[in-house]
Amino acid sequence: MVPLSYYLLLSGFLFACGVVGFLIKRNIITIFMSIELMLNGVNLSFVAFAAHWHALSGQVFVFFVMVVAAAEAAVGLAIIISVYRTRETLNVDQVNLLKL
Amino acid sequence: MSFHLILFLAFGAVCVGGAVNLLAQRHPINSALSLIAVMAALAGEYLLLGAEFVAAVQVIVYAGAIMVLFVFVIMLLNAGEEEETKGSRIAILIGVPGMLIASVLMAWVVLRRSGTESVEIGALPGPPTDIAQLLFHNFLLPFEVTSVLILIAIMGAVVLASKPESRSGKVD
Repeated sequence: MVPLSYYLLLSGFLFACGVVGFLIKRNIITIFMSIELMLNGVNLSFVAFAAHWHALSGQVFVFFVMVVAAAEAAVGLAIIISVYRTRETLNVDQVNLLKL
Repeated sequence: MSFHLILFLAFGAVCVGGAVNLLAQRHPINSALSLIAVMAALAGEYLLLGAEFVAAVQVIVYAGAIMVLFVFVIMLLNAGEEEETKGSRIAILIGVPGMLIASVLMAWVVLRRSGTESVEIGALPGPPTDIAQLLFHNFLLPFEVTSVLILIAIMGAVVLASKPESRSGKVD
């Protein structure tokens, strides 16, 4: 028997790590991975609440979050590739113009 | 200490270690591998919560498909170690204490507000048939809308990742 609050703490910690990675990382791919980490933290709290309230809708919602994450990863990585083609860098500090 | 709690702590330790390692590593491929470890351990947590379907999808879609995409792009772009800049040092100075404060506050609120209600193992009968019943009855419209979203994402990825010359050639 594990208290619900432990799951929420773990999910909150993962989300906080994602936020920190988003802030301190300078590589655009690592920033993108931090966003995935945040989505995973939220998914864990969805499943924990679904188990707690005996409602399967939470698990279905996790499924939708995963679909959105997959779509986001495909489009985001395509954007990263096209940014790298025009600028030859992955450092977000050097990507400060919308148009070259 | 019950067996369930020991398993939770083991998977949780892998999650926490992987997340911290993601932040500590400088090379993107190391960060990607630690993120895969986090996702695999999260699948274990889902199993503990009785969500078998979600655990399987987590391994197949997240740790499989999405992370393969990430690793593929890292190798394609030959991403090297990131260099420290002025901005990143300021971000570390503000971000790490901010995260610590936020974590402690969150832990205090969560532990204070939720008492000792526990999640039992196997408390939630979540076999894939029940999930399918929900997914294709109650959530049929959102399900179909996400398929349109995926289609748009596929087309967007193809257009964005294609070479600029060939793209302008198609428009003309």
